[in-house]
Amino acid sequence: MSSVESSTLFGRLTWDALPIAALLKNPGVNEIVANAAGGVLVGGAAVVLFILSYFKLWGPLWRDWLTSTDHKKIGIMYIVFALVMLARGVLEGVVMRAQQAAGPGDGFLEAGHFAQLFSTHGTIMIFFVAVPFVVGFINFIMPLQIGARDVAFPVMNQISLGLTVSAGMMLMVSLVVGEFSTGGWTAYPPYTGAAFNPGVGPDYWIWAIVVSGIGTTLSGINFAVTIYKMRAPGMGFLRLPMFCWTVICSSILIIFAMPPLGVAALLLAADRYLDFHFFTNDLGGNMMNYANLFWLFGHPEVYLLVLPAYGIYSEVFATFSAKKLYGYISLVIATMSIAVLSFTVWLHHFFTMGQSALINAVFGVATMLIAIPTGVKVYDWMATMYRGRIRLSVPMLYGIGFLILFVIGGLSGVILANPTIDYQVHNTLFLVAHFHNVLLPGVLFAMLAGVNYWFPKAFGFRLDERWGRISVLLWVVGFLFTFMPLYFVGLMGMPRRSFSWEDPSFHPYMITAVIGALIILSALLSVLVQLYISIRDRAQNRVPVGDPWDGRTLEWSIPAPPPAYNFAVLPQVRDRDAFAEAKENGTAYQKPTGYDDIELPRNTPIGFLLCVLSGVWMFALVWWIWWLALLVSVAMLLIIIVWSFGTETEIVIPAAQIKQEHEAWLDLVARTPAVDRDDETAPANLGYARPDMEGAT
Amino acid sequence: MNSARPFAALPVLVVSAVMLAAMPALADSNSFMDPQGPVALAQKNHLIRATALIMIAVIPVLVLVPLIVWRYRRRKNSSAAYRPKWEFSPLLETTMWSVPVLIVAILSVYLWKATHRLDPYAANFGSDPAVEVQVVGLDWKWLFIYPELGIATVGEMGMPVDRQIAMELTTDTVMQSFLISALGGQIYAMPGMTTQLHLAASEPGRMQGENTQYNGRGFTGQKFDAVVMEADDFEAWVDTVRSKGRALDDDTYRILAQRSDRTEVQQALATPDMPETALYFTLPDAGLFDKIVHRYHNGTALPDADQPGTTSYGQEATQ
Repeated sequence: MSSVESSTLFGRLTWDALPIAALLKNPGVNEIVANAAGGVLVGGAAVVLFILSYFKLWGPLWRDWLTSTDHKKIGIMYIVFALVMLARGVLEGVVMRAQQAAGPGDGFLEAGHFAQLFSTHGTIMIFFVAVPFVVGFINFIMPLQIGARDVAFPVMNQISLGLTVSAGMMLMVSLVVGEFSTGGWTAYPPYTGAAFNPGVGPDYWIWAIVVSGIGTTLSGINFAVTIYKMRAPGMGFLRLPMFCWTVICSSILIIFAMPPLGVAALLLAADRYLDFHFFTNDLGGNMMNYANLFWLFGHPEVYLLVLPAYGIYSEVFATFSAKKLYGYISLVIATMSIAVLSFTVWLHHFFTMGQSALINAVFGVATMLIAIPTGVKVYDWMATMYRGRIRLSVPMLYGIGFLILFVIGGLSGVILANPTIDYQVHNTLFLVAHFHNVLLPGVLFAMLAGVNYWFPKAFGFRLDERWGRISVLLWVVGFLFTFMPLYFVGLMGMPRRSFSWEDPSFHPYMITAVIGALIILSALLSVLVQLYISIRDRAQNRVPVGDPWDGRTLEWSIPAPPPAYNFAVLPQVRDRDAFAEAKENGTAYQKPTGYDDIELPRNTPIGFLLCVLSGVWMFALVWWIWWLALLVSVAMLLIIIVWSFGTETEIVIPAAQIKQEHEAWLDLVARTPAVDRDDETAPANLGYARPDMEGAT
Repeated sequence: MNSARPFAALPVLVVSAVMLAAMPALADSNSFMDPQGPVALAQKNHLIRATALIMIAVIPVLVLVPLIVWRYRRRKNSSAAYRPKWEFSPLLETTMWSVPVLIVAILSVYLWKATHRLDPYAANFGSDPAVEVQVVGLDWKWLFIYPELGIATVGEMGMPVDRQIAMELTTDTVMQSFLISALGGQIYAMPGMTTQLHLAASEPGRMQGENTQYNGRGFTGQKFDAVVMEADDFEAWVDTVRSKGRALDDDTYRILAQRSDRTEVQQALATPDMPETALYFTLPDAGLFDKIVHRYHNGTALPDADQPGTTSYGQEATQ
């Protein structure tokens, strides 16, 4: 470390850290690509700032969003953040596919640049797309489904968002100042240690992971407490919507799985900053400890992402089959089993590290056990559709695509669980194909299904159906073209993270894959087009009554968009599908006997302040600007202490206002014609559903 | 589009079939799908058997999902039953749980047996004494030391056919992963530690070996030829290496261990006698491998200048 020049004021930050410096010194395609990426980022930020200023949106942005403690708005901000990061992640994927599609030994990127791409792609897609997407949905949906007015700790929720966003911004900053890690999203030492990688790259990774990890852990605690403590009267555990069950399991996974990751990253930081030797080659350091700690987190991680996705599918299959969810208890047991088993299989990420056959066999069998509850879930969803009345709306199309593609991912997963086969395909593109096969149809399709399903609830109008269908088709086809070929080149022995290759027989597969990547890119664009068209035509798609899909759970029983307090009067739950039951018994949309004042958390800037300050703090640590890191640490501590003395943390919404708003909405419901499912996607659908029970047996 | 969706399984199957058919059968294999030794053969068979078994659980989904969606889609005058309250059937439930349980049980037995039989640490192939090879991962080349034969090579790993090869692996830089797909593997190689791998080849031929763990700009070039020879040819090969090889002394090792790819190191160390894609060495110090492993256990920190793989140890050539 001493060999690196470092000044007191700027640490090791110099002009050479800007990509433009490399472009001037050594003009070439590689530098142009790097500068273009930085340029898009800076330009994009400038455009956003301009729009905000031109339309005078700073005030509303600050009052209604950045300082809001409303779980619904925080959820939406999480999802917007995830979509922005998704755009970058997809673009990086396309660039990598393009690099590999060049002929044997060819390509336009340097190895180090390519390595940054696969490292940021993985880090972004897991920590800054999948996690915020899932956390965003849980934020928005879960309190509405359990009949609560907010999460248990609304300010902590805001802080979680702030920390996640500031950590994500570090990846953006690394595009423009310095470079990101080349050690992959797993950042295995000793490669990422100070001896082999003295630059700033691994430090960007470490602090982004640590800070976002704290944010996510706080979210997990928040969600668990919310479900345990804040369910509406009568909402027993076995009446929880399936999505909320998956949230409980996911929260438990977050609480237990995130700390090992933070510990692993901090130990690596100790190695890099303080000359410790936890994972170095010498002085007793051992990278095998890192691999264990990382995957102790890493395996539960994929389940904490995919379980809520299963939850979304469970809601979608039931609603669009117009039927009760089949095998509720079975699904609860399966979800819990997966959550518990996910902690028993981490070693399968390194069957090849030289442990005994006995240990490999035990972990291999444990891994295959997860296939049992997962298989049961798939069959349960099929049984939910069976004897239903299936509407092939956009969320349902994602669901059907998921069922078919996901079992292929399951197939390759069980194959990989066999240590003897894993010895061959570990670290190859077979593995890459496998985890994309479970994460795209499993998680991403669920998120997009969720966007189409709950968007009208969040914003009061439906998304365009036609462009929704186009994007489903593009995602499914793009996925098949991109990742099916990778299974085969993986079996043919092509290592993952290869920036070039020599075997000419790989070429057709790589060409197919880049075509697929372009289709995926157009799928992403079609999502944006769908958003644009839907906002443009929103007047024809309004659903103010709030139940556009003949929903079954409580979130559909309130206006769209919901008021800040969610429920004018807390619902009394009598059955599993509480709202479906109410509609059937004619108890939906009833005028309550009385109203009470509602206390809601007051807006606070603390989450935003901690977002900015933690960002500065990370930047200072990455660049060794010690005085700044210290200053910001003290500032953050002071802000938290000062804020904690505040006593006026809530505002009261008077009963009269609630009565007036709620009864205005009930009048609207009474005036609105109920629509049949035939008109579900027509302008006639104002969100008042006529249950479709003719011919039911 | 409504009607197209249920048949999403079709492109999967078509694409898969086309790609399987397109997978080339190579004469000199680089993949366990064209196995050249007992381990890779067993791995391939295990893959096929496991896939077939799992298909029992997968095919019903691929077939039934489109059928269910088609039969129960909402439409005018549908004759299909509609039972919105149906949520449980004991018989169906039993089937749903027991089919995956049975398949996983059978697979587990296979898994258990195969994992023990193909344990990379187990010496399972024949009673002849094994050829010992010590493998050192460097940035970005593999060094093969034959301690009993007093030789070492880079870029070419000679081995006799039908005889057990007992490998011991380490690295003198970051972690790497060693794989000769057509024969078997893979296993991690880590500094200051050793792992083991036992292989055998059933036919003479030339196959590719590689590192699969990203370790910098020379990563994709860190390949070598595993050359399987008849016993006589192997002995002749050993003699060639011994006669044409240069001594792998400390100075030579220092150059070899620098961050250099196969081409660069070939330029730095090859003599005109050597083949274009391999380096041959004689071994003045039969304990080289142990020396490399033990460098990390001195009880003192290793300065970067003595750590191969760092910039201070040897300036990395620019591209």
